[in-house]
Amino acid sequence: MEAGLDSRPALRGKAVPEDGRWWFSLAVPIAVVGLWVVLSQVGAIAPAVLPSPRAVVVCLGEELWSGRLGDDAIASLFRVAVGFGLAVLLGIPAGLAMGHSALARAVLLPAINFFRSLSPLAWIPFAILWFGIGDAPAIFLIFMATVFPMALATTAAVVSIPSVYLRVAQDFGLCGWERLAKVVLPAILPQVITALRVTAGLAWLVVVAAEMIAGRDGLGFAIWDARNGLRMDLLVAEMIVIGIVGVVLDRVLLRLMTLPSVRWGYER
Amino acid sequence: MNDKAVRLQSVSHHFGSVEVIRDLSLEVSHGEYVAVVGPSGSGKTTLLNLISGFLEPSSGTITRRGESRMVHQQDGLYPWLTARENIALGLRTRRGTAGRPGRLEAMLDLIGLNGFADHYPHQLSGGMRQRVELARALAGEAEILLLDEPFSALDYLTRVRLRGELERLIRERPRTVILVTHHLEEAAQLADRVVLLTGRPARIRCVLEIPRPRPRRPTDPAVVEAVERLLGELGADPETSAIIPPDHVARADGGGR
Ligand SMILES: Nc1ncnc2c1ncn2[C@@H]1O[C@H](COP(=O)(O)OP(=O)(O)OP(=O)(O)O)[C@@H](O)[C@H]1O
Ligand SMILES: [Mg+2]
Repeated sequence: MEAGLDSRPALRGKAVPEDGRWWFSLAVPIAVVGLWVVLSQVGAIAPAVLPSPRAVVVCLGEELWSGRLGDDAIASLFRVAVGFGLAVLLGIPAGLAMGHSALARAVLLPAINFFRSLSPLAWIPFAILWFGIGDAPAIFLIFMATVFPMALATTAAVVSIPSVYLRVAQDFGLCGWERLAKVVLPAILPQVITALRVTAGLAWLVVVAAEMIAGRDGLGFAIWDARNGLRMDLLVAEMIVIGIVGVVLDRVLLRLMTLPSVRWGYER
Repeated sequence: MNDKAVRLQSVSHHFGSVEVIRDLSLEVSHGEYVAVVGPSGSGKTTLLNLISGFLEPSSGTITRRGESRMVHQQDGLYPWLTARENIALGLRTRRGTAGRPGRLEAMLDLIGLNGFADHYPHQLSGGMRQRVELARALAGEAEILLLDEPFSALDYLTRVRLRGELERLIRERPRTVILVTHHLEEAAQLADRVVLLTGRPARIRCVLEIPRPRPRRPTDPAVVEAVERLLGELGADPETSAIIPPDHVARADGGGR
């Protein structure tokens, strides 16, 4: 009786309207750049206030060609990967423990809420004092910025698992590690992926700030260096790269949301 | 003797200060088919959760001999698994035959969802999900089936067909069944015994034996008669209640303490 229905999961059903809107997404960037071009062309903005688009493009080309911008981006991405990776490796298990045990919640939640409310930038002096200058302080700051929200999001996801899933697990003899792997983790995955996107974005914000003060390289340090050298064209070129890398990072994590086994979490 | 599949002895259950079940005793023999009928919110799902061992009763004892499988009233399927994978979960504990593809296909045939085997629950209708869940419970070898309104989201014809299929499967491989339903006709057609519960806190209001071997047609005179008795028992009218001969209706004594 269901033969008349489309038997394929409609995951990419919106292909046609999305195609049309592709141009819409470029409207604002084009308008902003266009305005910038016009204003600097007629001399309405002094180059000392905002460099001309031409200067920025030339600078961007030079920096990319010389490899400096690429090296800085790689240095920053490495710090994010390590700091954020450690936060995920620690935050998710901590969240699972807190989700399962009221005792763990009672012990850990007050401290986690305190540290989550503390701006990670407040740690910068200690980061330098303890770790000096280089990769370590930036990794530490990224870790401090992301581990607490990750743990809290995981806790919330575990606590909100419908009890019927656990009852079914009991009926089918799933317990211990098997229950964790086959029921708990898949049940929280959609929420965990959302949390990963949010905290990865946070990590990308923090790394720039960390490198400005505690770095000798990386995009954040490059920003600071350009400011000190009064190289506004370089500054804008670097800001553009930071923004683009951030968007690409988010797009990559967004791909996780299209996994068939997590779609249920976003389509209700 | 202790050869009952399920035995509840003066079981009471509270959720906080809300008393849901009061002093309920019930014995179900191996291979018996019992239907539980009662008003919404009276504690039927709670009763099944107690029997399955997911809840501990506040007082009283529950013994269960054999593994049980429950079909949940709603959303008991794992949304991260396809229909096929959900049913395969039911096969999992079948020793030696686990993962046998023939069985899985047979279950998909039974519920008429072959074309939807690789769909996720959120891509299925409510009735389709119920059928998958029934298949998952029936796929295994569990001795005791606890069915919480397994047909409620189905259209009439599918409902009748699936009742028949369930009947056939149970004849093939006898199991103990406790079926919760709002549907008096369904209860009287399928069950050996219908247990009518009071409103919350749930007590046994009366138990009605259906004196006719299964399977029965919904229009079987014994079924029709049983439905009439149940209706009479539910109606407040003393004249209709009076037509129930006491030998068929075993009353719970005086509403407990
Ligand atoms: N986990 C819980 N915590 C607190 N109260 C609960 C819980 N589960 C059920 N209840 C309460 O217990 C009562 C019985 O619930 P139950 O789900 O067993 O009813 P039911 O007979 O299955 O109803 P329905 O026919 O509508 O499915 C309800 O009043 C409900 O509010
Ligand atoms: Mg119920």
